[in-house]
Amino acid sequence: MAENSTEVAVTEVERLLREEERLDDKNETELEKITTALEGTNLDTFNPIEEIKHGFMHFKIHEFDKYPDYYHALAESQSPKFLVFACSDSRVCPSVILNFRPGEAFMCRNIANLVPQFNQVRYSGVGAVIEYAVTALKVKTILVTGHSRCGGIERLMSLPDEDGTSYDFIDDWVKIGLPAKAKVQSEFGNLPLCEQLQICEREAVNLSLVNLLTYPYVRAGVADKTLELMGGYYDFVNGTFTVWGLDFGFKPALEFGSKPPLFV
Amino acid sequence: MLLQMSAFHICRTTLALRLKASRESPGLTQELTNKKQKSVAGNQTGCDLFNEMKHRFLSFKKHKYLENLECYQNLAKSQAPKFMVIACADSRVCPSYILGFQPGEAFVVRNVANLVPPFENGPSETNAALEFSVNSLEVENILVVGHSCCGGIRALMSMQDEVNSSSFIRSWVVVGKNARLSTKTVASSLSFDQQCRHCEKESINRSLLNLLTYPWIEERVTRGLLSIHGGYYNFIDCTFEKWTLEYRGTTLNEENAQYSLINREFWC
Repeated sequence: MAENSTEVAVTEVERLLREEERLDDKNETELEKITTALEGTNLDTFNPIEEIKHGFMHFKIHEFDKYPDYYHALAESQSPKFLVFACSDSRVCPSVILNFRPGEAFMCRNIANLVPQFNQVRYSGVGAVIEYAVTALKVKTILVTGHSRCGGIERLMSLPDEDGTSYDFIDDWVKIGLPAKAKVQSEFGNLPLCEQLQICEREAVNLSLVNLLTYPYVRAGVADKTLELMGGYYDFVNGTFTVWGLDFGFKPALEFGSKPPLFV
Repeated sequence: MLLQMSAFHICRTTLALRLKASRESPGLTQELTNKKQKSVAGNQTGCDLFNEMKHRFLSFKKHKYLENLECYQNLAKSQAPKFMVIACADSRVCPSYILGFQPGEAFVVRNVANLVPPFENGPSETNAALEFSVNSLEVENILVVGHSCCGGIRALMSMQDEVNSSSFIRSWVVVGKNARLSTKTVASSLSFDQQCRHCEKESINRSLLNLLTYPWIEERVTRGLLSIHGGYYNFIDCTFEKWTLEYRGTTLNEENAQYSLINREFWC
């Protein structure tokens, strides 16, 4: 995200020397030597372990050690209010875009943020997340959030891909979204593909919300209003977030078949 | 039960209308509020939630998105993460938070107990994500991160050897049964909590080995294009252990395993 690390370092050295008004001919030569040395070491070489070590130490110093009471309580137990389904896409982590701190959201991330229907044999992974979050952690809200330019939705809409590279596992997974694809193609098949993709990204969220209702504990929670379902859509092209809810309520009761009075 | 069934039936008949309208967001929430049965508490909850999401997102947009606009615009065109991370769904262990992954840096799968099922188990959401990240995005590193006090591992260690279970959690964590077996073998004298701790780490290593059962992963690791790492986050004392799986060999055979765990580090 920052400019080239080597350039930053060189600029900084130069600035320091100028500030101290010591940038004369002698230092100019020194600066050239430093620049050459820095460029030689190539500060931009990616070292994956150093990256995550730096990330962890930053979290420890600026978060964990700064709020010890919060994190010690969290170590005892978690009680997140949210269960969040989000895509595995590197650009859409809900902790970043929706500022979820540790302890706030139990999170499932998979390709195209899909929730399959209740199926203990085929989809035990997602089922385990839902079961644990709703029955053990007793979350209050389930948020399913999709996003723009989703590769999983693009793959779904491109199936069957007879000539392209075969992606057996991806194709098997994204087929969960076929009802959303069918809906989009039947109602918006006349639109350009890019628009159909955007609509399908949102319809897949709706499909996942409906599929959540095939889990009995989700149904029970929604019925007694201890659980709320929400859909979300992160558009990182335009920098917007859309959110919507599902609402269920009882219509007034009507009774049939009662006997009329014998005497008026 | 009857009440629940009624509610579900009502959902199905009116759902189509509401879901269709969901593309047009501001109007939808108005429509829903008007049609909903009067429930003041429910209304407030819904509005509060929307407001909460709004504040959370606008804070991100102001402090991160707009501050790094050019970067985000480039990311919008394509992603090229160097990491694929498999982490637990536990609310305390988000890799973006604890390891500082910024947008664009890590393709992430989160499931119960950060398990990687082996190739022979067939399709799942975890190996779909692996297929995409390795074969399409061509990530250079896979990191499996486990953590302390993992409820999924505890469930795995608590399981009786029952054949049928109506629990999803049990159906899923059984993927880690080899870790449980080896823990019971070497750590049976330890307390249950200590056994769980042992199993948390053992299951990470099992997952690393399961990664190598995927031919396209094994091939890239052998060619030096992909490294696989294990990590363990202890949130009681905020420490992180990390190690790398070194693999040499063209076939993965339990007896002639050509792998070792190297480059162990402990950050505290």
